[in-house]
Amino acid sequence: MRLINRHPGRAARLVLGSLPFLAIVLVYLAASATRLADNPGDKLLPALSSFARAIETMAFTPDRRTGAYLLWSDTWASLGRLWAGLGISAVLTLIAGLAIGVLPMVRALLAPVIAFVSMVPPLALLPILFIALGLGETSKIVLIVIGVTPFLIRDLSLTVASLPREMIIKAETLSASTWLIALRVVLPQAMPRLIDGLRLQLGPAFLFLIAAEAISADAGLGYRIFLVRRYLSMDIIFPYVAWITLLAVAMDLGLGGLRRLIFPWWGMEGRR
Amino acid sequence: MTAIVIENVWKEYGDQVVLESVNLSVETRAFVALVGPSGCGKTTFLRMLLGQEKPTRGRILLDGAALPPEPGPDRGVVYQRYSVFPHLTVLGNVMIGPELRGARLLGRRFGAARRALAEEARSMLAEVGLAGNENKYPAQLSGGMQQRLALAQALMMKPRVLLLDEPFGALDPGIRADIHKLMKRLWNEVPMTVVMVTHDLREAFTLATRIVAFERLRDRPEERLRYGATLSRDIDVWPPRIAGRTTIYDADILPGQDDLTSLGHSFGTTRQTGASEHATRFPHP
Repeated sequence: MRLINRHPGRAARLVLGSLPFLAIVLVYLAASATRLADNPGDKLLPALSSFARAIETMAFTPDRRTGAYLLWSDTWASLGRLWAGLGISAVLTLIAGLAIGVLPMVRALLAPVIAFVSMVPPLALLPILFIALGLGETSKIVLIVIGVTPFLIRDLSLTVASLPREMIIKAETLSASTWLIALRVVLPQAMPRLIDGLRLQLGPAFLFLIAAEAISADAGLGYRIFLVRRYLSMDIIFPYVAWITLLAVAMDLGLGGLRRLIFPWWGMEGRR
Repeated sequence: MTAIVIENVWKEYGDQVVLESVNLSVETRAFVALVGPSGCGKTTFLRMLLGQEKPTRGRILLDGAALPPEPGPDRGVVYQRYSVFPHLTVLGNVMIGPELRGARLLGRRFGAARRALAEEARSMLAEVGLAGNENKYPAQLSGGMQQRLALAQALMMKPRVLLLDEPFGALDPGIRADIHKLMKRLWNEVPMTVVMVTHDLREAFTLATRIVAFERLRDRPEERLRYGATLSRDIDVWPPRIAGRTTIYDADILPGQDDLTSLGHSFGTTRQTGASEHATRFPHP
């Protein structure tokens, strides 16, 4: 049988999928053991026991100075900023993306400027934001919004514009006004794409968040990583990176599940 | 009485003449089939009737008044594809027209008004043979059932004119024969004028009262740009079909007997085959 026709079963898929994870862990453990055998004080590739100790300190022991559990306070600080940024972006996108996709006049007005703005590298704007908006939460949230929204708007307005013309005409023959077409025909078909767009933008959103926190913050996952970097505390950095990744994966899965739950019809056409 | 009058209509895109000097008047309750080779402007003509495009010259009258410049509820339409909304259930698709007309702010009905509308929609679905599929999404229906749904959706608005753009072109023959019977019955029962674009002459003669052919009379390569298609033949089907009355040809299709899925029992072996084929050919995923 040709390889192209051989499909793994359920169990085989699980095993195959976990192999790379296992490989990463094994390679790390081997490298760490080698380095620690040479020099027990090595800080670059700590042993699992050091990780356990670091996690214990960060997550389950109150900080000596502030009394806070640092991992959790960092997580809430970061997630607050991230969700605020993504939420504002989603609302802006829904309004602008629908208007651009539905109304030819608004498309003529806004599409060029959004195409232009989406090419501005957001991180280059960070100093401007810090100068204009101060070092507080606002500038960090605005950075996420600026970094994520132009892409989302372009994505959503393209999705809306690619709805078959026949569907819009059909709605007109069913006596829909422009507003009702937007509300009952376009919006429900744009929402699943917006959710998928947000999932795709989770990576960039975290990037902007951590960049902003690295430069100026007093709490946050990115702030902590860049803070302990000064002491070469790999035993803290590695768990933090893993935790950020887990958070991103969980949000991605959560949004995907939400989309399937609310919009069960989405993607049915393709699966038939 | 004439429902649609087309007076000396031309359609040009830039230098390209697509249709030239088209004159046609369509009687109320007629079923007109527009036939012709691909690219002869049948669909363009239908779009002008729909109000999606404007004639370059000439005018179109609907019941004596100038055609509104955009599509509206007086003219229903069924396309070959994309006729129904993928995000609404079968019931939602049938209800949405009256909902949009009745609730201008939210496009939704609530409470008693909604229940009454749902009841009306259910009986319309039973009428087109889709009873029992109310909560499915269009993607879960076969092609033929989707077109039945599209017809039901359009008919809920009680349009004066129903425009069909190759609506049954993508269906296989058995399913197509079933839906032809449904289409004939609907035309007989619902007070509407039908204009259908098709490339299938057999379909045209099966359904229509009148067949209008579009053709490019000058089709040499150097003439193609400056000469469009026009109405080349206009045939009344004989014996004449009159809406609401059966003719010799149509006597075999009695009202209500075209669809066994809605009746639940069979009238003969041929029909039985057709119905079971309809039910099993597209197993749902």
